[in-house]
Parts: sequence; structure tokens; C-alpha cells
Amino acid sequence: MPPLKLKKGSTSHSAYNLRPTFSDVQERHTLAVLVDNEVGVLARVIGLFSGRGYNIESLTVAEVDHEGHTSRITVVTTGTPQVIEQIKAQLGRIVPVHDVHDLTVEGQVVERELALFKVQGTGDKRIEALRLAEIFRANVVDSTLDSFVFEITGDVGKIDAFADLMRPIGLVEMGRTGVAALSRGARA
Amino acid sequence: MTKNMGGRQLTGAQMVVKALKDQGVDAVFGYPGGAVLPIYDEIFQQNEIRHFLVRHEQAAVHAAEGYARSTGKVGVALVTSGPGATNAVTGLTDALMDSIPILVISGQVPTFMIGSDAFQEADTVGITRPCTKHNWLVKDTAALSGVLHEAFHVARSGRPGPVLVDIPKDVQFASAEYLPPTKVSTSHYRPKLQGDPAEIERLVALMEGAERPVFYTGGGVINSGPEASRLLRGLVEATGFPITSTLMGLGAYPASGDKWLGMLGMHGTYEANMAMHGCDLLINVGARFDDRITGRIDAFSPNSRKVHIDIDASSINKVIKADVPILGDVAHVLEDALALWKARGSRTNAGKLGTWRKRVQEWRAVRCLDFKQEGAVIKPQYAVSRLEALTKDRDRYICTEVGQHQMWAAQYMGFEAPNRWMTSGGLGTMGYGQPASMGVQVAHPESLVINVAGEASWLMNMQEMGTMVQYRLPVKQFILNNERLGMVRQWQELLHGERYSQSWSEALPDFVKLAEAFGAKGIRCQDPADLDDAIVEMLDHDGPVIFDCLVEKHENCFPMIPSGKAHNEMLMTNARMQGAINATGAVLV
Ligand SMILES: Cc1ncc(C[n+]2csc(CCOP(=O)(O)OP(=O)(O)O)c2C)c(N)n1
Ligand SMILES: [Mg+2]
Repeated sequence: MPPLKLKKGSTSHSAYNLRPTFSDVQERHTLAVLVDNEVGVLARVIGLFSGRGYNIESLTVAEVDHEGHTSRITVVTTGTPQVIEQIKAQLGRIVPVHDVHDLTVEGQVVERELALFKVQGTGDKRIEALRLAEIFRANVVDSTLDSFVFEITGDVGKIDAFADLMRPIGLVEMGRTGVAALSRGARA
Repeated sequence: MTKNMGGRQLTGAQMVVKALKDQGVDAVFGYPGGAVLPIYDEIFQQNEIRHFLVRHEQAAVHAAEGYARSTGKVGVALVTSGPGATNAVTGLTDALMDSIPILVISGQVPTFMIGSDAFQEADTVGITRPCTKHNWLVKDTAALSGVLHEAFHVARSGRPGPVLVDIPKDVQFASAEYLPPTKVSTSHYRPKLQGDPAEIERLVALMEGAERPVFYTGGGVINSGPEASRLLRGLVEATGFPITSTLMGLGAYPASGDKWLGMLGMHGTYEANMAMHGCDLLINVGARFDDRITGRIDAFSPNSRKVHIDIDASSINKVIKADVPILGDVAHVLEDALALWKARGSRTNAGKLGTWRKRVQEWRAVRCLDFKQEGAVIKPQYAVSRLEALTKDRDRYICTEVGQHQMWAAQYMGFEAPNRWMTSGGLGTMGYGQPASMGVQVAHPESLVINVAGEASWLMNMQEMGTMVQYRLPVKQFILNNERLGMVRQWQELLHGERYSQSWSEALPDFVKLAEAFGAKGIRCQDPADLDDAIVEMLDHDGPVIFDCLVEKHENCFPMIPSGKAHNEMLMTNARMQGAINATGAVLV
């Protein structure tokens, strides 16, 4: 049998270039994952993201139903539409996961994050920090003669903006909780 | 023992044995150690569950896999803490990749010592989290029976897979109430079985109009159960569409069927791959568009509508975009599709189908698997063909190791029924076949079980010969001995300038003497003229046999789609291999 003629130089993509037919637009999605609050469940979710190379922008978790021992994990992630679909399907496969909601596609969503800012400074700087905090509705939760700790809640953009303003004034340290999110309207 | 012990107080160790019995387990593969001694003590005091003492925990897990794949039941392995558990990791990963339902029970140091780096402590649930479908560390005896029943439920539901239950030693000693399976409410975990009727209707409409259809089937058909294979056969016969299968799905449709194209993919047949490339309707039934199947993604089956039936939502649209995604169990979906297709008048595009069949016939006429046995050296293809001819009419199960021999077995052996073919597909685990064949033989004591092996793979778990001799498991180890890591050698010829780095099997044992050292029978054959007699001698021997078949050392496995190439760019027999893969292809495995 004669050998087949091979087309020269036809390999422009590797076999692992998996998604030529898929969009490569990066999207940011907020997912709410309802899980049994059992040992290791967070490790399963995080292990899925690291093992399969997905992004985590922020992740929060807490028990929301103490009787039913269920927790709500809110993950903000980025990826192509196909990767986002994969993430949801892979999350759905984890045995203690009850439900995966893509809040970004399920309608309008309220997202809030809480952050604490330590700002150091005296004189004008101190006054300017207080003035900006007022504009951003940040509360002072600790104060010394040359420092404040502010508490602020809002969406990620607002907190980023506040950080940008505080940095030149004397931002020393910051702690952020990550995003908690719910869909708008009456339905769960 | 009384049948119903609901409500009775049992120790954790007693619960393990009781739960296994209540779940219908009759065989366990395992290895004892300090952290599982209470369970071994209970095993000692009963006769319903047989325990098979392997020689290495990896083998216990592969044996459980072989048991599971050949029966459709959950296979069970029992290992001790620390090294016992870490030795089980390869088997767990293998079972996860191939969706095999198994339960591994591991011992753990007592709860009050967890975290103290105690002797033989390992974070077993941490280590096995990514290689199990789910796992549990049970810290309270009262929860144990519930977890064990749930573990069986998770292992066999939906897309099957391996689960692990880690039991600290104090939990095995303590007592609590045992709950039988009927009294345990299994979790919310209930994957959807029925497919969406609207999608099934789209599938049927596509079937009615298709000009060049092909069924591409996979391990999901086997996992769905014998009913799925029966329905698949019904659908193929009724429509007359040609059918191909992945390595994992062989036997779901009989190899003797006239619609059968042979296996597809990297070492698939010419007709199967050309049909995949040229079809206008591709019906994927329980397969996952693995990279061994698709080759170059952007050139994969370029002109077809793609239907994908899978019970795992994450398989759909992972690699190839499905035009018609159907989430559900293969048997359920096929049943609905067949019923609807019949109700709508059993229509096909008969005229165009005739032309398509002629096209397929032309591809078949290429006879891509033909070879010539000439000269004094046995060709491996010839050895497998003779093994096939001399065993195909028997009640037979075939396992393999990983390498060229595995592909030759898939190409030259015909499977007429599901659950008769056990091979490590997803993980490609050398050392799988021998222990798997042991597990198959345990499940089917009267049947002929053969492990088609390469000499290098076979050595990876050769200690299990001891197990086979101990339990009189008459498995036939049919070794295609090319004194090479043949598949590695083939790739080095292909893309590393024939520099055969470390792909020799040096200092091989004398396999006949090795067999004898274990108390088994050894047969060597190197002359093609002696082959049939030697195989018959192997088959006639009532006990384990190592068959050392010395074959041509430099034979390559064809056809082959080189990495990074499309289905219609196959390399065929005699093709010059060098330079067949370019730089982009070379980074792939
Ligand atoms: C555990 C493990 N290590 C390495 C490999 C890579 N590998 C794939 S095939 C192969 C050679 C197998 O040699 P042999 O068992 O003699 O089979 P042959 O290809 O010669 O038929 C190797 C090393 C593997 N698949 N599994
Ligand atoms: Mg070899």
C-alpha cells in the first residue's frame, strides 16, 4: 500500500489549541455556589480552579443556613464564554455542590465588598483623608494621633477608587473581604 | 448472622464488613497494616466476602477496576494508612480518567493523632481529593455506615468514578448504631438521566435528513449498562448508519457487525477516521472528544453537525462545540431517540446513504490493517491475530498494558459484547493490565482471561504473579516481547531523529524461569510456525501462564495520525516516519 501524501506545513494549530471555534473575549462573571458546609468543600472548589487553570479574582465563603449546614461561596472569575461554561459545569460536578448560579447572566446583580484601610499622616493629610472618607461614606473605626482605620463597603470599583485616592495620602495597609453578591428582585 | 441488623450496635470495623455485604460486595482486594487491623480482624471472622491479598496496593486498586469494568459493579480495595494510601493514588487516578466505579477504604491514624505527623500518617483525603470523584474522612463511628452507603451511591451514579473513605483506627474500634442501605437517605447527588425531549427531537430530525452520518461511541455506552449497548445496536441496525468507537467503547457494538468501522483516533482505522472527517452528521454517544480522537482540533470533522450525548455536563462543549447537546444517560436517551424516530416513520435519506456506504466501502478496501507475516520472526500483529483466531469463540475477557501491544490488541481483536475489554485509556497506566486481569478472573472464575502485555509494562506489577498463584487464578499473561519500550521507540523514530534514548528493555528476566519461580507455567515462542501450538498449550493449561512471545523488535504501529495532524493525514503501513511530525506537533504527547 503506498503511503498517504501529507500536506506540508498544514499544522498551524496544535492539538491542544482547543477552541478555535470559540470566542476569545474575556468576560468577568460572579458565580454563587451553594454547598454543603462540610470539611474540605472549599479545598475542592479552590483545587478545581488551580487544577484546571481557571482564574479566581475574589472568593468569599460563609455558612448561610446554620440548620441545613449550607454555605454560599461567591466567586468572581474571568475567562472566555466557553471557559466560564466549563467552570460552571465543573463546579456542578462536585458532589457537595447543590447549585451554581451565574449571577452575571441571570439578571442584574448587587455586589458588595467590605474593606478596611489604615492611613497614616498628620496635618493637611489627615484632614484630606477625613474629607475623602466622608465623600466615600467610609467610617472611622480606629484612630490615633497620626492614623485612621477606615471601613468602607461598596462594589469593587468604589473600593479600588478609594484605595487610589488614599495611596498618595499615606495608605499603610488594606484588608478586603472579597465580593458578596445577590441577584436583584424578589426571587432567589 | 441475622439479615437485618438495623439499629444494632456495631464497631466501626464490623460496620465496614456489614456495609460491604449489604452492598452486594463478594470480593475485596487489599493489603493489611496497622491502621486497618480491626477491619482485617472482622474479615477473618466471616466467609461471605473473599479477601484477595495483593502484593502492592496499586495492584489492589487496578484489580478492583478490572472487577468493576467486567461486571458493572463497584470494585472494592482496602489499604492501610500512609504508604498504603499513597500507593493507591495511581489506581484512583486511572479510575477517575476512565470513569470506573470503585471504592477504596483506607485506614488512618486515630483521630486524636491526626495532624501530629504520627507514624504512617498521610493527609489521605488531601492527597486523593483531585483523583477521586469524592472522598470522606470519617471521624465519628455513628456517621460511618451512612458514609459507606453514600460512597457506593456516588461511585455508581451519573458518570461513575472512584471514591475513597478514610477511617481512623479509633473510629474502627468505637461502637455505634449501624444503618442498612434502606435506612440511609443518600444525598442530593442525583444526576439527570432523561435527555431533553426538544434536543432529542433535533437529533431525530438530523438523522432523517443526514447524507453522511456516523456514530462515534465511547466508554459512556459501556458505563450506562448492557441495555445501552442493546439500544445502540438497535439504532444502528434500524438506521444503517456506520459506527466507530473509542478505545474505551469497544464491544458496545459487535466487531462482526457490518456497520462496524473499527476503532477511531490516533491508531484507529483508515475507514473510521475518514468517515469522521467526511461525515455531515456526527453522533457522539458517551465519548468525550479526547485528544487521541480529535487530532488537530481546527481540522476535526470540519463539515458535520455534531450531536453530543453525555451524562456529564462538563464534557459537553469542553473541546468540541456541540450543535445538539443532550445531557443524560446513554440508555435513556437512546431509548427515547429510537422510539421517536420510529414514531415519525423510521425515515432516512436512503439515496444519499447508499452513496455514503459505497464511499465507506472504498475506504475499507484500503485494508489499512493488512500485514505480511514473512520470515522467521513473529510479527506482533500476527501474534495478536492468532490469539484472536484461537480464542474469539470462547467466553473471553481481554486486558492490556499500555504501549504498542495495547493498540495492536485493539486493532486485531474483535469484541462482540460490552464489559469484555479492560484497558487503561485516559491515564495510559503501564502496569494496569496484570492486576486488572486478576480482578476480572476473580469476578469470572470460569472464563478465559488474557492480559495482552508488553514486557516493560508487565514488569511494573509483576509481583502479582504471586497473588495469581496463591488464589489459583488461571490468567494468561500474553507478553509481546519486543525488548523495547516499543511505543516510546516509535515516537523517537518519528520525531527524535532515531535517537533511542532509554527505550531498551535491558537485562530482562527469563520469563519462563520467572513463571516457574512463582510456581506458574512459562511458555516461550519465537518461531511463527510454532505459534498456534504454543497458544493452544497456554489455553489448555489450567492455571496462570506467562507466555513470552518474542516478536519483531522494530515494528511500528499503524495507521497513525501524528500529533497535530488531521484525520485525513494518517500515516499508513510502510510510510516513512521521519519528519512526519513538525515542531508544533512535537510538543504534544
Ligand atoms: C507508568 C507509565 N510510565 C511511562 C509511560 C510512558 N510509556 C507509554 S508506552 C511505554 C512503553 C511500553 O513498553 P511495553 O510495555 O514493552 O509495550 P510496547 O510498546 O513495547 O508494546 C512507555 C514507557 C506510561 N504510559 N506509563
Ligand atoms: Mg515492549
